[in-house]
Amino acid sequence: MNFSVVVSQFWPLLINGLALGFIYVLISLGYTMVYGVLRLINFANSEIFMVGTFATVIVSRNFFGFNQNTDPLSGFKLFFAMGACLVASMLVSGVTAVIVELVAYRRLRAKGTNRLASLISAIGVSIILQEGIRILTHSVPMSNPRLLRKFSVVTFGDVGIRVDTLLVIVFAAVLFFSVDRFVNKTLLGKAIRAVSMSEETSKLMGINLNRVISATFLIGGSMTGAAAFLYETVYENTKYNVGFSIGLAAFTAAVLGGIGNLRGAFYGGLSLGLLEQFAAAILGTQWKAVTVFLVLVMVLLFKPNGLFGEAVQQTRV
Amino acid sequence: MINIRDKGAELWETWNRPKRITFVLVLIGLVGLLPYAGDFSFTSILNTPISSYQAVLVYPVGMFVLMALGLNIVVGKSGLLDLGYVAFFAIGAYSAAILGTKTHLNIWEILPIGMGLAMISGVLLGLPTLRLRGDYLAIVTLGFGEIVRIVAVNNRSTGGPNGIANVPNPPSIFGVRFALDNMKGFFWIIFVMILLVIWMVRRLSIRRPGRAWEAIRQDEDVAMLMGVPILRYKIWSFSIGAAIGGAAGVIFASKSMYVAPDMFTFNTSVLILSCVVFGGMGNIWGVVLGGTILAYLPERIRFINNARQLVFGLALVVIMNVRPDGLLPRKKREKIAKVSAKPEGDSNV
Repeated sequence: MNFSVVVSQFWPLLINGLALGFIYVLISLGYTMVYGVLRLINFANSEIFMVGTFATVIVSRNFFGFNQNTDPLSGFKLFFAMGACLVASMLVSGVTAVIVELVAYRRLRAKGTNRLASLISAIGVSIILQEGIRILTHSVPMSNPRLLRKFSVVTFGDVGIRVDTLLVIVFAAVLFFSVDRFVNKTLLGKAIRAVSMSEETSKLMGINLNRVISATFLIGGSMTGAAAFLYETVYENTKYNVGFSIGLAAFTAAVLGGIGNLRGAFYGGLSLGLLEQFAAAILGTQWKAVTVFLVLVMVLLFKPNGLFGEAVQQTRV
Repeated sequence: MINIRDKGAELWETWNRPKRITFVLVLIGLVGLLPYAGDFSFTSILNTPISSYQAVLVYPVGMFVLMALGLNIVVGKSGLLDLGYVAFFAIGAYSAAILGTKTHLNIWEILPIGMGLAMISGVLLGLPTLRLRGDYLAIVTLGFGEIVRIVAVNNRSTGGPNGIANVPNPPSIFGVRFALDNMKGFFWIIFVMILLVIWMVRRLSIRRPGRAWEAIRQDEDVAMLMGVPILRYKIWSFSIGAAIGGAAGVIFASKSMYVAPDMFTFNTSVLILSCVVFGGMGNIWGVVLGGTILAYLPERIRFINNARQLVFGLALVVIMNVRPDGLLPRKKREKIAKVSAKPEGDSNV
C-alpha cells in the first residue's frame, strides 16, 4: 500500500491512465460492436490487435527502412511516416477481422448452430493467427523504431507527461467519436443498429445481413488496428502473444461498460485504464489484474448489465 | 449427417441386461489395458515421439478427459459458459502441494480436502456470479482463473513463480505402486475416477438435478416460471464441476511431483472447453472422445514440433465448421427441444 504516490503523482497517473484507457476503448470497440450484432464474443480480436502491431512495425522497419538508430523525424516526413503506419495497421487489422468472420463465423451462422461452436472456431482462428506469427517471427520480439521525439510537455516534480500519451488521447478520442457519429448518423450505421436489435426483422426490412456483419467486423477490426498503432507509438515493442493480456483487459472494459453498447465501451475503457494505473501505483503492478477483476465482479453484482447497460437501444451498436 | 451417438443408443436399447454388462466389462478391461498397448510392434503407431506413451495416457489424455467430464456438467448439462475452469484444477493441485509438503497427510487423505476446497471456491464464486447472464459469467470465470494464477505467482506460501517441488506420490493401494517410473498406477486411478464421474453424471442426468439443469439450459426464464430453483441448481452444477477439477488437480500435482503457476494458464481452460465442444456438448461419450483426441493429437504430432499448435487450431476450425455440434452430438430428442426454444432465447449459451 503506497498512497503517497497517488498524491505526489496524481496528474501523470491520471493522464497515463487516460491514454491506456483510450487504447482500451478502441480495442473494446472490436469486441462490443461484434457482440452487439452477433451476440458472440469475438475471441480473435486480441490476435487482430497483435496483427496490427506487427503491421505498424513492419511498415516502419521494412518499408521505410527505419531502425533503432534512426533520428526522430519532424514535420511533413513524420506526418507521412506515421500516417502510413496507421493506415497500414488499420487496413491489415480490418481485413484480418473480415477474414476471421468469413472463416470462423459465416458458415456456422448459416447453419444456425449453437454459439459455443462459433466460440471454439474463433478460438481456433485465434490460435492459427498467433502460432502463424510466432513461427514467422521465430518467437523473437520486435521493437518499433521511435519516429516521434518523445519530449515532456508538462512536468510534475520529476515525472513528465510525454507528447505521445497526449497524441494517443487526442487521436483515440477523435476516432471514437467518428465511429459513434458513423453508427448513429449514417445509413450503414442505422443498418448495424437495426441488426443488433433484431436480426430477423432487419432481414425482413431488406437489410443485407452478411454485408452489415462484414462492415461491423471491418470497423471493429480497423479500430483495433488503430489501437495497435497507438500502442506501438507508446510502448514500442511487440511479440506474438502481445494481444492476450491487452485483449483480455479490453474485453473486461467492454463488459464493464455494458457489452454491445458503444458509449459503454467508451466509459468502460476509460475507467479500466484509470483503475489499472492507480491500482498499479497503490498496490503494486502484480495486483493490477486482481483489482480490476474484483471491481468488475462488484459492478456486475450491483449492475448486472454493466455500468451503462445493454438496454439503451439508442446508443447501442 | 450420420449421428453415431443415436445409432449407438438405439443398439444399446435393444440389448438385454447380461449383454450390456458384458459389453461394459469388456470395454473397461480394454481401456484398463491401454498402458500396455504401446509395447507391441504392431501397435507402436500409438507411441508418442517425445514423452513416453504411458505418461501421455495419464497427462494430458486421462486428466483432460476427467476435467472435460467435469466441465461438461457446467457447460454441456446446464449451459453455463465457464472460461476459468483451470482455477479449480489449480486449487486442487496447490492444496495437494501445500498439504503434501507441509503436513503428514498422504495424497489419499488430501484428495477429499482438495475436492472440498475446490467445491467451496466454486460455491463462493458462484453465489454472486451465477445470477449473471451467459457471457458475463464467461468473463467473470475467466477473471477468476487469472486471479488464482496471479495469487499463486505473488504469494510466498505457494512458492511464487517457482512453484512447489517434492510433492509426494500417493502411497500404494491394492499392491499398485505410484511413482514417476510407474505411470500405470496413475492411469488406473484416473480411469477409476473417470468411471465414477461417468456413473455419477448418468445417474444425476435422469434425476431431479439433471432435469433441472436441462430445463435451465433450454430456457432459464421458463424454468424459473415452472418452479425450478435456478440458482440452487446452477450452484450445484458449478460446484460438482469444481470438485471434479479439484480432484484432477490433486492427482496431477502428485503425479508430476511439482506444481508451478504457469501450468494453470487461460490456454488450459480453453483447451478443456475445446474438448467439451469438440466432442459434443452434453454427451458423455462425445466429451470422452473429444478429450482423448484433443489431448492425444498434439502429443502424437510432436514431430512437426513447430507447427503443432497451428495444426491444432486448424483442426478446431475445420471440425467445428464440418460438425458444429461436435463429433458425437447429444441425443436428437434434446436437440429438437433446443431448436424450438431458440428464437430470441439468449439465456442458453
